[in-house]
Amino acid sequence: MEKSTEVTLEQLQAQIEELNGKVSRLESNRLDQLSIAVVSGDLDKILAAFVISIGAAAMDTQVKLFFSFWSLAALRDPKKSPKGKDLISKMFGWMLPNGTKELKLSNMNMAGMGPIMIKYLMRKQNVMSLEKMLYEAGELGIEIVICEMSMGLMGFKKEEFIDYPHLSFGGAATFVADASESSIQLFI
Amino acid sequence: MTAEELKSVVVGKSVDARGTACPGPLLEAKKAIGTIKAGDVMEILSSDEGTKQDIPKWCGKQGHEYLGFIEDSGYFKVYMKKK
Repeated sequence: MEKSTEVTLEQLQAQIEELNGKVSRLESNRLDQLSIAVVSGDLDKILAAFVISIGAAAMDTQVKLFFSFWSLAALRDPKKSPKGKDLISKMFGWMLPNGTKELKLSNMNMAGMGPIMIKYLMRKQNVMSLEKMLYEAGELGIEIVICEMSMGLMGFKKEEFIDYPHLSFGGAATFVADASESSIQLFI
Repeated sequence: MTAEELKSVVVGKSVDARGTACPGPLLEAKKAIGTIKAGDVMEILSSDEGTKQDIPKWCGKQGHEYLGFIEDSGYFKVYMKKK
């Protein structure tokens, strides 16, 4: 009788050890990190990306934003005018928003009336402006990676982006590597 | 903690985040937490309804002790103790 209890205990210990190993492997695989692929260039979606990112960073979660395609327009600095663009690149430059202040809404844009109304409501309800959010994101150490490929595709130059403290350039592998170690991955 | 108990708690730091909406109050709380000692109580004043849910979640993740909240006129006070 006593022998059988002993065996069960040993088995139990072995199982616990095995589980402990599995848990530590799981824990070491995933960091307390948030990765977002920000593809949309709409004001509402960029806002959502920053509200979530700032919330996460305030909770000490590391945040890595990968900006690709239309979202790049939000990171342009209207005070900068890069030289040496070809015609198509110039056309893209004219047609796409030049920075955060020119972004459109994905719904109810109404030829620019929508963003004006949303910004009025945001001020009235004390929601941080997108410009303030970008500043806070920089203070919190939120990293922004600009997709090199879409930058080239749309004819943007590295010199025309904002002076953000944690800005770098990378490719798909950068996002995949960052996202694979993040415990939260989003696509906006 | 009950509302009566919370009223008598010694507050080490008070953060007035009534002028901001989400994620403002959380950000204010994060900035202030570094300025107080472990075991000190911090109160966060907010008029943003989401703060009542967000602060407990934040405490849970960071290991701080969430104490509760008191409703006031037009805003509320959320209490937490630093770990």
